[in-house]
Amino acid sequence: MTIINYDQRLVKSKNPYPKGPNDWKRFFSFNTDAKVIGIQYIVTALFFLLLGGLLGMLVRGELITPPSDLFDPTVYNGLYTMHGTVMLFLFLFPMLSGLTNLLVPPMIGAPDMAFPKLNALAFWLVPVFSIILLLSFFVPGGPASSGWWSYPPISIQNPLGKMINGEMLWITAISLSGISSIMGAVNFVTTIIRMRAPGMGFFKMPIFIWTVLAAQLLQLLGLPALTGGAIMLFFDLTFGTSFFRIEGGGDPVLFQHFFWFYSHPAVYVMVLPVFGIFSELFPVYARKPLFGYKFVAVASFGITILSLVVWVHHMFYTGTPMWMRNLFMFTTMLIAVPTGVKVFAWIATLWGGNLRLSTPMLFCLGGLFNFIFGGITGVMLATVPVDIHVGNTYFVVAHFHYIIFNTIAFGIFAGIYHWFPKFTGRMFYEGLGKVHFALTFVGATLNWLPLHWAGLLGMPRRVASYDPEFAIWNVIASIGAFILGVASIPFILNMVSSWVRGKSAPPNPWKAIGLEWLLPSPPPHENFEDDIPTVLNEPYCYGLDKPFVQDEQFYIEKSFKKH
Amino acid sequence: MNSKIKKFNNKKYLTIFIIISAVGINSLISLLMGYWSYSWLPIQASEAANYVDNLFAFETTIGTFIFLGCTGTMAWILIFNRAPKYDESNGQPLEGNVKLEVIWTIIPLILVLAIATYATKVNYKLENLGSKTKYNFGQEAPFVEEKKPFDFGPIDVISRQWNWEFIYPNGIHSSELHLPINKRTNFRLITDDVIHSFYIPAFRLKQDIIPGSVITYSLTPTRKGVFRLRDAMFSGAYFSQNQTNVIVESEDIFNKWINETVKKELQNGLNPAGRLYDKRLKNGNRGWATVEPAPAPKVQDVGLEDRPHDG
Repeated sequence: MTIINYDQRLVKSKNPYPKGPNDWKRFFSFNTDAKVIGIQYIVTALFFLLLGGLLGMLVRGELITPPSDLFDPTVYNGLYTMHGTVMLFLFLFPMLSGLTNLLVPPMIGAPDMAFPKLNALAFWLVPVFSIILLLSFFVPGGPASSGWWSYPPISIQNPLGKMINGEMLWITAISLSGISSIMGAVNFVTTIIRMRAPGMGFFKMPIFIWTVLAAQLLQLLGLPALTGGAIMLFFDLTFGTSFFRIEGGGDPVLFQHFFWFYSHPAVYVMVLPVFGIFSELFPVYARKPLFGYKFVAVASFGITILSLVVWVHHMFYTGTPMWMRNLFMFTTMLIAVPTGVKVFAWIATLWGGNLRLSTPMLFCLGGLFNFIFGGITGVMLATVPVDIHVGNTYFVVAHFHYIIFNTIAFGIFAGIYHWFPKFTGRMFYEGLGKVHFALTFVGATLNWLPLHWAGLLGMPRRVASYDPEFAIWNVIASIGAFILGVASIPFILNMVSSWVRGKSAPPNPWKAIGLEWLLPSPPPHENFEDDIPTVLNEPYCYGLDKPFVQDEQFYIEKSFKKH
Repeated sequence: MNSKIKKFNNKKYLTIFIIISAVGINSLISLLMGYWSYSWLPIQASEAANYVDNLFAFETTIGTFIFLGCTGTMAWILIFNRAPKYDESNGQPLEGNVKLEVIWTIIPLILVLAIATYATKVNYKLENLGSKTKYNFGQEAPFVEEKKPFDFGPIDVISRQWNWEFIYPNGIHSSELHLPINKRTNFRLITDDVIHSFYIPAFRLKQDIIPGSVITYSLTPTRKGVFRLRDAMFSGAYFSQNQTNVIVESEDIFNKWINETVKKELQNGLNPAGRLYDKRLKNGNRGWATVEPAPAPKVQDVGLEDRPHDG
């Protein structure tokens, strides 16, 4: 009968914590601690941000002059394809999985994820498919070079006729990435629904948790379509089936439906958690409650539902009939409404606040500024007649970089700085952070603002050479891209030196409200362990004199004790 | 007591004054941006261009108003609501305002519905896209007749990796697209290999060409000149070379061109990709894999590769 006395968690935990937070080896093992996995994801993703950025700079290097003179055009096509693929599947998705892993359990008071082994498996697939993707640089014929859409028939032309080719490795990597994301989504959704602290009803969850839930449900609904489409494409390419081959009665446009049914929502999978970060950070640094908490929370699901019925707006000029174009124009337009609710709520949160312009706040403000701009060009692209002119031009490239870098990556940087002290136990250097922000904002604006005009004048995207009238916009853009490359230096310097020898961080350096801020910095292995707090209110009651949890003082005192 | 009311009134008037002048300045800048937006686009050379540009200007005006409204408010907050150093006190604890939330849900809803309705009207006005008829690959593309009225055509547009060929009703083959001004011209868009896109920025029109389908398409050029036709759907190695010219002429000159060209011999047409590929082969075929470019089309009018263009 001695078994009864076992602490359940001792049985569960294959990787107990005793080695302590300074043991770096745990980051290279099959560790099931969500916080370790979170950091594994984030560091891997940042490495690929550097690689993707390097590829981007090579692309901009080619485009600084009108003729195709730096690379052979085939090499250019491979480089831009890999730039997009690395940035999306090796940087953004792993980065957001990392932030989600780090933040979800502490924010909802859970000890870990619901399925820790599945979690570790989902992470370890990232290096596997990353290596497969990078190996494609070295196979005969070079990597995939049909853009990240990989539309057939161009993607299945297979010029060398070899079975192992860049495109085949690309599809394999993307399918594995999809499987990894589905595993992550199952885990995140289960954890959020089943493992919240006592008292934390849905309308007391932090907005970040709301947005993660909305985003991960989208993954579960959308990813099977893309993964299925990718497998069919793999069969067409490798075994000569004809799902999309016209020779056998297939239809290449079908792939576009599979692809965009997921890949449009994918943008929302990435941007929703960033909306969550904005909603967390603006109240902290403006010292005000989040304006209209419930509206902001519900708007996330409005975006989720609408984003599933807009994919045809990527296909306005593929021969889509008029009625369908008009229908999808209206659904696309409607997304502006819940998104607008969020933007106005953030601005109202800032209004009358007591703003502290620290590095995370600067990135949030910069991200919001860029998002308003990118949202407006998004509405322009949603209208069919304008899209028919600027679709597939640099206007689209500029628009989606305004969303995907100037909003999403800005939000990610804000999140990294904001939660850095919590999870490393060290403060970062504010000065270096501000230099990083200034360089990033200037570089990003120079890079993508001018390209809108190149697109309006009719410069198609994905070209290796262009008519000389577009040169001026491209020169400015390339200078911006190189400034962005330089911006990574203060960032890396800051992260590495702060983590190694930064000032030791208190449990709640920003005086923020939230369960994670009631934990020591860094939090112990199982967060609150046996004393999980009972939540009384949503975590935005700045200046409202409403207690956040029961016995708050007890947790604050506990958070100062070193474990 | 009196002075207190007066002070309150003064503050109220100041607020109203600031709001009215901010909205006034914003409206003025937005209207100016809408007006300038025409200059960001290429020259208008088709019937569609005017409609597209008007819609774009309308969106630019509304977009600028919203952008400046939001960012102007942000700038105001950044100037007046910054915490002094070491001040860690809270701001005004406003939790929300249902009335305001409802207003800023309904106003954007009305705005986007208005824009979408306007755009739908433009769609029905232009009706460039005809029908899409599938055929078995490897067979000759079927002759699909356009049911809607048109003045000239149909011209077969044949796209390849990486050159263009235009076949006129009287059998002329050309590397450049000659069009009569102010005639609604009908096209049958065909591809020999992958997806291409028939894009003429000065016309503001773009249509993908899908393998295994014949797509009919009509447009009306409204300005004489030389305009670029660009492939806008990525089509492989020499995609960026897959461009040619559209030459819009008066009816007389166009008819003269038709009558003279029909007598000419067939010869190799524009094929810059083929030239670059030959150069690559000569340099040892370095670079990553590509399919071989299609041979140059046999045409009566070879055209001019770097013809100066108006848009």
